[in-house]
Amino acid sequence: RSDDNGPDIYKGKICSLKARALLIDMEEGVVNEILQGPLRDVFDSKQLITDVSGSGNNWAVGHKIYGCQYRENIVEKLRKTAEHCDCLQCFFIIHSMGGGTGSGLGTFVLNLLEEEFPEVYRFVTSVYPSGEDDVITSPYNSVLAMKELNEHADCVLPIENEVSNNILFLSARFEGSLNMDLNEISMNLVPFPRLHYLVSSLTPLYTLADVNVPSRRLDQMFSDAFSRDHQLIQADPKHSLYLACALLVRGNVQVSDLRRNIERLKPSLHFVSWNQEGWKTGLCSVPPVGHSHSLLALANSTCVKPTFIELKDRFMKLYKKKAHLHHYLQIDGMEQSCFSEAICSLSDLIQEYNELDATKGGPRVDPSRLKIAV
Amino acid sequence: MSIVTLQLGQCGNQIGHEVFSALCNDIRGTHGLCSKKENKSYQDSCKERFFCEQESGVPVARAVLVDMEPKVISQTLSMAARSGHWKYSSHSHFCQKQGSGNNWANGYSVHGPRHKEAIMNLVQKEAEKCDRLGGFFTIMSMAGGTGSGLGAFVTQCLRDAFPASFILNHVVWPYGTGEVIVQNYNSVLTLSHLYHSSDALLVHENDVIHKICAQLMNIKQISFRDVNQVIAHQLGSVFQPTHTTGEGSGYSRNPLGDLMETLVPHPEFRMLGLRNIPQMPENSLPYSTFSWPGLIKHLRQMLIANAQMEEGIDWQVRPPHPGSSIPSTNKALHFNTSIANLVILRGKDVQSVDLGSFQEPSLYTSWLNPQDAFNAWKTPRAFNKYEKSASLVSNSQFLLKPLDSIVGKAWNMFASKAYLHQYTKFGIQEEDFLDCFTTLEQVISSYTNL
Repeated sequence: RSDDNGPDIYKGKICSLKARALLIDMEEGVVNEILQGPLRDVFDSKQLITDVSGSGNNWAVGHKIYGCQYRENIVEKLRKTAEHCDCLQCFFIIHSMGGGTGSGLGTFVLNLLEEEFPEVYRFVTSVYPSGEDDVITSPYNSVLAMKELNEHADCVLPIENEVSNNILFLSARFEGSLNMDLNEISMNLVPFPRLHYLVSSLTPLYTLADVNVPSRRLDQMFSDAFSRDHQLIQADPKHSLYLACALLVRGNVQVSDLRRNIERLKPSLHFVSWNQEGWKTGLCSVPPVGHSHSLLALANSTCVKPTFIELKDRFMKLYKKKAHLHHYLQIDGMEQSCFSEAICSLSDLIQEYNELDATKGGPRVDPSRLKIAV
Repeated sequence: MSIVTLQLGQCGNQIGHEVFSALCNDIRGTHGLCSKKENKSYQDSCKERFFCEQESGVPVARAVLVDMEPKVISQTLSMAARSGHWKYSSHSHFCQKQGSGNNWANGYSVHGPRHKEAIMNLVQKEAEKCDRLGGFFTIMSMAGGTGSGLGAFVTQCLRDAFPASFILNHVVWPYGTGEVIVQNYNSVLTLSHLYHSSDALLVHENDVIHKICAQLMNIKQISFRDVNQVIAHQLGSVFQPTHTTGEGSGYSRNPLGDLMETLVPHPEFRMLGLRNIPQMPENSLPYSTFSWPGLIKHLRQMLIANAQMEEGIDWQVRPPHPGSSIPSTNKALHFNTSIANLVILRGKDVQSVDLGSFQEPSLYTSWLNPQDAFNAWKTPRAFNKYEKSASLVSNSQFLLKPLDSIVGKAWNMFASKAYLHQYTKFGIQEEDFLDCFTTLEQVISSYTNL
């Protein structure tokens, strides 16, 4: 809240609430647009860190040069913003992987957050470059950034297109009969520290002011959440292996609707043998703006693997020829080993997913229980 | 004697609210069907047990509300106040902001010690308001992080601070599918810890109550509120006043103590299941009549066949013949052996009810006299608009299968080491898990070999 004691909402517009956010960019164009647009009152100039020349689509420039240069400034602004929080639960980092600033400086900030606020969860929403990306060096940038995400993020939500409405502001502040908080997401969906990439899908249900939605339509919302068309990355949930899945429903939906749909969908999904009923559920009675119901499904599933394999392939195409490498190596602090370590980290991750996929469909052997002397 | 209730976590607070509502509605109702004197005695007894009188005349629940995030408590307090018939004290709650993240270790090892003083101060205050403290009743789920982890810690603190008081933990078991992924870990950790500090665990399973809502209460779109209201009705049917010894003796003054004495003869066996009949939608009540022989017959078969409700009972199950030399491993399949049972009858003509069928020795293990293994409490005062209502609190193999299932799934997950890093970072190590598994395998073994 801003310091003056005026009303929060005046003539239908929010006027004294400020976003708890830091906007960082190494060129000014985008941030300036935001400050002139409809959200201009939501951001404070004290929350901006900008420069003029950009990072030239070079992860090393973002991470090593600007990182070093702006470190103190970033830490100071973070502390100030954190001080305004009654209870700081987590950080959301929103960036792209393919460029220089979001990717390089963004992952630098990720490291910083871990150092300065080690107990606060770090959720990262990363926009992965698509195959038709016109930034030639995006595979380098993405792989270098992936290593940082592997090691320093608690949860990553990869998305592959610009429709970035999967961010979970959702129910943490609203009431429901089964609340779900952000720290529960990490707890339930990350069984092993490095396997923290979550696939998300969001399905709204467009209805009128219908208080009791017929179950058929509600059930369709659940089915859609698991169809490949509704995923925010190229992924087919039904053919991959689930480690865990979370369903957060908003609107007038009750526990029986949730359970009915879980029963219905379970047979068509493959869950890892030690988590056959790996569902985390949340019910929030407050519907999202503009819809009467919505469902957010978050899954930890091997269906992220193809995205990573593709990324590795594109990286290797460039790396084998040492294309554009000098742009990176000439930066202070960058060495060949940065690249080899990064691709190693990605390969290891892919291998972990491969090993999991190999268990799919195999015979299920439950470990024998502890024997007690009678 | 008064009981102090501790509502722990979201589930504990939501259910607690329904329980106090149900108790209050019951005593305010005019469907007591008994003499004015009886009714007055009942009301006074209930009020003394669960409420504190204030000058304003609105009864104040003897409760401490604890949660690690504020939304649920805030809702609970305001819902109670809005009823106009009862409320919570404005100084009896404790909450934080960030929740426990479904992490038992966070609840137990971090929040517990950090907030112990504040929470125990509230408990002490409530205890001091009681003329005579009859013990503690805690309400919690075992699937999440606060009710389960912090709940286990608080139970231990209660035991340390009030070594002579009775502690009864009401524990809600989650749906087999879809609530919290780490629910089986949280459950194993909770149950094993409670086993060491609590006097008895009174269990409700969400799956069972859900079925009751669907099949008996005819609710189409079942909500947690519906589930909680059925649970509250069942708990009320146990905790409202009764005559434990003969009618002229006045209402029992030590309900928790009586419960423990009748049902927990041996510390290894502390898991209590609860059944209540009849259950039906409120608007059907005026059109239904029941006979005690019919109700008793159904309740007894629910006991021996381990039925979850009065529909779908397997009438084929019979107790083994007395005196036969069938070794325990060949015992009649699916027959539910009891250690001790308590039947509570409320309403019209209770004195005439024949409970001989519950006293047959073949229902019980051999190491208690059948006279000691079975008890009955009664009151002519009808409960919650049911002309006749019968409850069974049973220390038997009711919970053996569900417990075994939870331990099995948790073990399966533990063997792959999944999610362990989430617990070790708060100080719960693999060895701690192993201890808990050992405790519960022991309990399973004990109940299996009855």
